[in-house]
Amino acid sequence: MADHGPTEKMNLFTAVNGALHIAMETDPTACVFGEDVAFGGVFRCSIDLREKFGPHRVFNTPLSEQGIAGFAIGMAAVGHTAIAEMQFADYIFPAFDQLVNEAAKFRYRAGGVWDCGGLTVRSAWGAVGHGGHYHSQCPEAYFAHTPGLKVVVPRGPYQAKGLLLSCIRDRNPCVFFEPKALYRAAVDQVPVGDYNLPLSKADVVQEGDDITCVGWGTQVHRMLKAAEMAKEEGISCEIIDLQTILPWDVHTIEESVKKTGRLLVTHEAPLTQGFGAEIAASITERCFFSLEAPIKRVCGYDVPFPLIYEKFYLPDEYKIFEGIKEVCA
Amino acid sequence: MLQSSRFLCSHSLPPGGVTAWVRRFGSRRKLTAEEIEMPFAGVLAKQYVHRPEFKKTYEGIPILRQLEYDGTLVDGIELPFPLEEGVAMYQTMLKLTVYDQIMYDIQRQGRISFYMTNSGEEAAQVGSSAALDLGDVIFPQYRELGVLMWRGFTLQDIVDQCFSLKGDPGKGRQMPVHYTSKKLNIQTISSPLATQIPHATGCGYAFRMRRQKNCAVTYFGEGAASEGDFIPAINFAATLKSQTLFICRNNGFAISTPVSEQYIGDGIAVRGIAYGINTIRVDGNDIVASYNATKEARRLCLEEEAPCVVELMTYRVGHHSTSDDASRYRQDEEAKAWQEEGMSGVGRFKRFLINQEQDMKLAQETKKQAIQAIREGDKEKYCPIDEGLFEDVYDTPDWRLREQQAHLHKHLETHADKYDMSRYEPSAAFPFPADSKPKK
Ligand SMILES: Cc1ncc(C[n+]2csc(CCOP(=O)(O)OP(=O)(O)O)c2C)c(N)n1
Ligand SMILES: [Mg+2]
Repeated sequence: MADHGPTEKMNLFTAVNGALHIAMETDPTACVFGEDVAFGGVFRCSIDLREKFGPHRVFNTPLSEQGIAGFAIGMAAVGHTAIAEMQFADYIFPAFDQLVNEAAKFRYRAGGVWDCGGLTVRSAWGAVGHGGHYHSQCPEAYFAHTPGLKVVVPRGPYQAKGLLLSCIRDRNPCVFFEPKALYRAAVDQVPVGDYNLPLSKADVVQEGDDITCVGWGTQVHRMLKAAEMAKEEGISCEIIDLQTILPWDVHTIEESVKKTGRLLVTHEAPLTQGFGAEIAASITERCFFSLEAPIKRVCGYDVPFPLIYEKFYLPDEYKIFEGIKEVCA
Repeated sequence: MLQSSRFLCSHSLPPGGVTAWVRRFGSRRKLTAEEIEMPFAGVLAKQYVHRPEFKKTYEGIPILRQLEYDGTLVDGIELPFPLEEGVAMYQTMLKLTVYDQIMYDIQRQGRISFYMTNSGEEAAQVGSSAALDLGDVIFPQYRELGVLMWRGFTLQDIVDQCFSLKGDPGKGRQMPVHYTSKKLNIQTISSPLATQIPHATGCGYAFRMRRQKNCAVTYFGEGAASEGDFIPAINFAATLKSQTLFICRNNGFAISTPVSEQYIGDGIAVRGIAYGINTIRVDGNDIVASYNATKEARRLCLEEEAPCVVELMTYRVGHHSTSDDASRYRQDEEAKAWQEEGMSGVGRFKRFLINQEQDMKLAQETKKQAIQAIREGDKEKYCPIDEGLFEDVYDTPDWRLREQQAHLHKHLETHADKYDMSRYEPSAAFPFPADSKPKK
């Protein structure tokens, strides 16, 4: 971890809040808006922003995700920094057209004359224990199918602050998914000041020799637990947090797989057509002769996210552990 | 105005004269003199003006009120339903408040994961639903338990769903308050806002097409009406002529967002008018007006085979949900004022019934029964794991689902000690002992 000055204990939502404060302080064109953001947001991520930066820069929108995305693109199109909140990633779909057909193609279709690079969409993402169909989903793969977007998922408060600031300052439209299970649960020593973490760069969280395990967000913590169990069986796991889903860092994974000879990819989203499929295909192409076993995907089942079956649906540490053993057998 | 008819002097005609105009309108006949006077299709304008004038304000849509704060009916208004039915409606409202209170409390105790109360909106819900037919199909948002209860949704149905029990037709897959009932013609509640509104438009069209004397009825909040799905829903209904009632519960808030930040126009009703739809605005805390307006809307809808918009003005007295703390964004006093007897829908109708010397004490049993049902709910089983998790994705599961089910089965066999399966009904594929509990 590079030195970014004095740190403070923060959880994920306070880290996001910290990033928003810095973004607003360092960029007078920046605005934060979305449903219920004015009073601090339903996850408290925008707390105190309105008091500090005023109602012109921090405001509630009417209840429309397509409106929020379109509005944000319009601000960004004329040079503003637009930080839009979608209350839940499950509710980002009304904005899909704006993000996929407009934001993503804004620069390309204008030959670079216009862009909406100042756009960042933040959204609460992933399983939380009691969310059922519509407060649990991980829609990153839909957006990863869209050239022109950047898609980022942090695993903890330190990453959340640094990666969010990078997204806000990046000159491309970014979709930033915040693992809501970690808003309160994950606590780090986080730099109080301003810092960026690089986009499109995976993070080797733990080095190992026998197998490479790749995941993002909440899944990184499950991989670490599985790696502990595997260690007791004499298996050494290299754990990689992909961090940026698009454009993704194939090189870090390639290098790791060339070393370990094995790969497991895991995500909460359903198996079929998840981003794990893209990683598996690319690594097969690049590392075929280094692979000692088929690539394993440990993912959600191909069903809608089910409330009381969540613990059976999720690719938890035990399923990852079984996957590791299978690949290393 | 007379002068303005002179606008069509020959030089303003396109080359080719009137026949060219005729082609442009896609018709082979000649335009009438009136059409030449006002050739623009799709507007109600009957005159031209000669100075720029912008339209924005107008007098506003009035609010239908028939039951006064003191519980007396407005002069000349009669109770539109038999007194016994009125008592039954009142009892339903009271039950709703009892259930809401208990479910809210047990959520606080952690026995269910989530709940949303209906407080403040009882009269809007029960009054409007009492005016409907059981054959009408309801497309609800989520804060309409009173509508469901009036149609016959029982305490057990509520407990089964909120506790995710095997009696829940949704098999415990959705969060609490996401009810469904085929028998009562209640479509499944879905969290994404406003998505049900265009469904009601399609359903109402199907009813007209097959000459069914029923309406599709959708309920939604004023916040949801800002979503993209709302406008096509009412515009399709207007243009395609759907037998649909659009019932908006305008309760002042969408979570923390007050109506003043949700829209600037004249409520939601004005949008019905803008789209050429029969529209009415009602005091939703007046159960008589809510009933009468909905009854009449339904009659009009079937007679004209066209949609209606009903805006029920009310107030969300409780928190948005158990995940919310309303004191963060509004004064507690405000909600209290709305609970005063005359203001609140329940209290106002109570005054009326007292005036009629009706005995409408809610049987003490209601609360006891609710507590009992919940106590049993705490012990009752969930659906079997395989059925609950893997069925109904498609009409028949494909190979992936079969393989994944087998994977889970094997996994649970290996790791039976890691998962608490004690609440799930054992099944042939998942015969795990009912007393399996994680060792940890
Ligand atoms: C598409 C979508 N966006 C956001 C949400 C989160 N959300 C749930 S309820 C709600 C407010 C709805 O307000 P309103 O429609 O007025 O209904 P009320 O809660 O007042 O009954 C919001 C923003 C959602 N469920 N769906
Ligand atoms: Mg509302």
